[in-house]
This record gives sequence, structure tokens and C-alpha cells, in this order.
Amino acid sequence: MENILQAIGIENYIFLSVMLFCIGAFGVLYRRNAIIMFMSIEIMLNAVNLLLVAFSTLHQDAEGQVFVFFSMAVAAAEVAVGLAILVSIFRNTGSIDIDNLKNLKG
Amino acid sequence: MSLLTIFYILAAVTLATGFMTVISKNPIHSAIYLVLCFFSIGGHYLLFNAQFLALVHIIVYAGAIMVLILFTIMLMNLNKENEPIKSIASVLAAVVAFALLCFVMLAVFIKAMPQIENYQSSGQDYQSIKVLGKVLLNEYMVPFEFVSILLLVAMIGAVLLSKKQKTVE
Repeated sequence: MENILQAIGIENYIFLSVMLFCIGAFGVLYRRNAIIMFMSIEIMLNAVNLLLVAFSTLHQDAEGQVFVFFSMAVAAAEVAVGLAILVSIFRNTGSIDIDNLKNLKG
Repeated sequence: MSLLTIFYILAAVTLATGFMTVISKNPIHSAIYLVLCFFSIGGHYLLFNAQFLALVHIIVYAGAIMVLILFTIMLMNLNKENEPIKSIASVLAAVVAFALLCFVMLAVFIKAMPQIENYQSSGQDYQSIKVLGKVLLNEYMVPFEFVSILLLVAMIGAVLLSKKQKTVE
């Protein structure tokens, strides 16, 4: 079987990851619903994971994939804690619109 | 169908569903599009022949994280399109920032591209589950254990945070 990077090339994966990361960043800037912002953060994390796997294949080294494994674990922990915080915010303010969270503003 | 065609189809699905996640008004639709996006990224991992990561990705993201997000959306009863419209200025600022970020990152990577040499496959096995397990449990033993502690702490923290707080009167 021919190798994936010989057929496709690393640059295509770089472009794909950059576009996906930019879409995630756009989501964080554009939306004000906190859950959608969480999903955008997940998209950004996935873009970086995809690029790590691509370079792990380029260098033929397993360590990139181990890093992806760890970053998935961190993403899972982040989502669990973040959603718990969102639930608690929703209980206190009745909405998850981030523009309502101005209590810490001086 | 060549690998390049499969790649282009998967990449189009990934980008389109990612964009739909960001712009759809209903959070439930966003979550469904995000699941599709995660599945297509899992397809990319399968194209790389990274079987372990493809499985873990599907289980963790499409299984655990999306179920968590969907349950939260339903718990907060957010499945209606009641998001207030942002002001034109902030939407414009977001679009300009997105375009600039895209431009800068693409420019950087295009500029850096000639330094990436041609790819040669050495034919050795470096990403099967067997090899990854050996690397994970020999060289990365301590971080692996720390990740388990991190997940435990995150679980306890999530339970404590979302527990109903008793008022102190």
C-alpha cells in the first residue's frame, strides 16, 4: 500500500488544519452562546491534533500520536469542568449569554 | 477512487461541518454538525493508518464529549433560537479578525513550505496499537498516570461544581 503522505502531501494537511483552526477561532469571536464557544474550542483542539498526527506520520515517530492521546484526555477533562461551570452559571443568571457575565468588570 | 479524492471529500466535509457548527443558530444543530466534523476527522486518522487514535477519537469525542454537550443543551433547554443578535461592529470585528488570522497563518505556512523535504517511507511499523502501547507504557508511563489523576480530579470537580448548592440561611 502506498503511503498516505506520498499520495497527498503534508502541505494539504497543513492547509486543512490552518483553515479548521481559523474556523474555530472565528466561532469563539463570532458567537456569544457559551456552549457554541466550547464547541469552537473543540474544533481548534482537533485541528492541532490532526496536524500532530500528520507530522507524526511525516517523521515516522509514535510520540506525536502519544501527544494527541494526552491532549484528548485534557480536552475531555476541560469539557467536563467547563460544562459544570456553565450549568452553575445558568443556575445563577438564567442564561449562558457571555455578555451577561460582567460582574467582574471594574 | 484515489487517496487524493478521498482526502478532498473528507476535507470538504470537515471544513463545511465545522463552519456550519459555528454559524447555525440552533445549538442542537451545531452539536450534530460537530459530531459529523469529528467523524470526518476520525476518517482522516484512518487515512493515516493511525488505528488507535481513530478509535479513541471516535469514542472520546463523538461518544463522551458530544453526549455531555447534548445533555447540557437539553438540561438548559437551549434548543430554541433565542440568541440575541450581536452588534454590527462586533460581527465585523470577528470577520476581520478571522480573515487576518487565516491570511497570516496561510502566509506563514506557504512561506515555510519549501523547507519540508520530500517524504520517504522507511516501511517500519511505528503507529500500530502494539507499538503505541509500548511507547505509552514505557517512556510516557509517568504522564500516563498523571492523566488518570487529572481525569479523576476533573470528574470530582465537575460533580462538585454542578451540585445544587445549599443556601446558608
